[in-house]
Amino acid sequence: MADFEPVLTARWGRDGADGIDGYLESGGYEGLKKALAMSPQDVIEAVKSSGLRGRGGAGFPTGMKWDFIPKDHPGPVYVVCNADEGEPGTFKDRELLERDPHQLIEGIAIASYAVGCRQAFVYLRGEFLYPGLQLERALGEAHDRGFLGQGIAGSDVDLDIVLHRGAGSYECGEETALLESLEGKRGQPRLRPPFPAVEGLYRSPTVINNVETLSTVPHIVDRGADWFSSIGPEKSTGTKIFCLSGKVARPGNYEAPMGTPAREIIDDLAGGVPNGKAIKAWTPGGSSTPFLTPDHLETPMDFESISAVGSLLGTGAVIVLDEADCVVDAALRFTQFYAHESCGKCTPCREGTWWLTKILYRMENGGGRLDDLQVLQDVGDNMLFKNFCALGDGAVSPIHSSLKYFRDEYVEHVKRGGCPLEERPAVTAAEPREAGATGVVELGEVLR
Amino acid sequence: MAVFDERLRATAEGIVARYPQPRSALLPLLYMVQAKQGFVTREGMQEVGRLLGLTTAEVEAVATYYTMFKKHPTGRWVVSVCTNVSCALAGGRRLYDRAKEALGTGSTEVTEDGALTLEEVECLGACDAAPVVQVNYCNYDRVTEDRLLEMLDGLRNDHVPEPSRGPTPMPHDRTALLLAGLGDEDG
Repeated sequence: MADFEPVLTARWGRDGADGIDGYLESGGYEGLKKALAMSPQDVIEAVKSSGLRGRGGAGFPTGMKWDFIPKDHPGPVYVVCNADEGEPGTFKDRELLERDPHQLIEGIAIASYAVGCRQAFVYLRGEFLYPGLQLERALGEAHDRGFLGQGIAGSDVDLDIVLHRGAGSYECGEETALLESLEGKRGQPRLRPPFPAVEGLYRSPTVINNVETLSTVPHIVDRGADWFSSIGPEKSTGTKIFCLSGKVARPGNYEAPMGTPAREIIDDLAGGVPNGKAIKAWTPGGSSTPFLTPDHLETPMDFESISAVGSLLGTGAVIVLDEADCVVDAALRFTQFYAHESCGKCTPCREGTWWLTKILYRMENGGGRLDDLQVLQDVGDNMLFKNFCALGDGAVSPIHSSLKYFRDEYVEHVKRGGCPLEERPAVTAAEPREAGATGVVELGEVLR
Repeated sequence: MAVFDERLRATAEGIVARYPQPRSALLPLLYMVQAKQGFVTREGMQEVGRLLGLTTAEVEAVATYYTMFKKHPTGRWVVSVCTNVSCALAGGRRLYDRAKEALGTGSTEVTEDGALTLEEVECLGACDAAPVVQVNYCNYDRVTEDRLLEMLDGLRNDHVPEPSRGPTPMPHDRTALLLAGLGDEDG
């Protein structure tokens, strides 16, 4: 990593880099100009051969997604940027929007040109007020300088980008729920097939890409697919922003080549665990990715390597727990999150997340039974892959993985009649609650 | 129409025109109701339905799905405290508990003076700055318990602390205009 030069975060910290002048001075919109001089199919081929895979969690090859869009579609085709970042532990898209909004706009413009889209959308989570204002300002600047609107960058291609704000829902980060929400409906997932490339927004072919994915595109077009694919392992190419939080000395976003060992990211970049404590557990990609342990710290942070050790790269959100933190407690708080965010459409997810919350709450607060370990496992098994979307699968990750690696800690909770650990930061947290339509309703009393 | 007078109707039509299909304007129009009425009122939902050709039931089904649409009167300053794991590891839970203790149980709807609404919220996507607090969706990084209590005291008297980045928070109804995408307009 010694000779690594940041790509996506290169402008961070430079004065004025978030404005159009600063962006243009540092090579901005060169990728778009190059793309417009190529055929749309050549742009798609370049992104395909770069090996870029989606940075929103699923890791689907971006160029292939673009290539799925029918070339002869008679009606409109849409590009939608997913800026509904809400996976616990993930905060890269927010900083990309705050510090380099034009990089994203350029990426959207290139994607739109490649698939023949004339009106693109950014679906931004509502709570991102400042990132939204930054993007709004940048969109205005791009219009004024001719990079959006009619004949973008001097070409005969037209493009408008509409910024659309959500209103508080993790589920809307799921791509079909996002489309529903953008169509003015409840954000609940759709049955697939048909996939969005065939029937997406307004039943038209639609590409949905994450902020980080699209922000990467201008560099690929500008510097070439070979340059990009030379970074990182063969099947997980390029650079990636890793979000470090929890028990690390220097939490933050760190860009590194795909395949950088987790230990380097945690220790060298984020300063390791403070106060001389040891790592107990960590997530490689947010709350939906199974916990890993200190035994996995040499694992390269790329899609294949993390899958091989039984987790998922997800969004690259590394949340670190130290030896004094309670894993049951953390699993409980994550589960509470899924119970709150489950849209309620599918029974296994809607009911499962609630039962899991209740059982974990009981365990953390002294009412746990040994049988509960099997019940937690079984409820999880009955949720996995039985829902329209992956939210329910994500909810099972912290539970099954913590049962696998920290079974003794669960047993200890039962034997000791509650949490045996000194640090239970989330715990008191754990009072089951429902923050629903009419505000926060405390359910703790009901459940006791 | 009581909520959408002639001027607001023209603004709403401008929002509808951004989209290929009118219904896509539903979320921004609900933000407009929130800006005008302070929360999403029944009357407001009925009018939005009429503007978009939807039944009130269709509008209400959407309005009740999203946490940022308030269904009851809300404080001028909505204070959101994240208690998800990254923030909890940095004291986010204690932060929320202290604030609730200081403001009283009713503050999760609105304090008696109408100044504050306290919310426990999920991940705000700023875990590098844990524990994170938002005031009307403006971020405050690494907030200590003492700092939060001081912020709450100030906000009661409309003394608004400078956020960690971005613009100073505006009252909750004005903020809804920004969320409707009407940053440059009077609404």
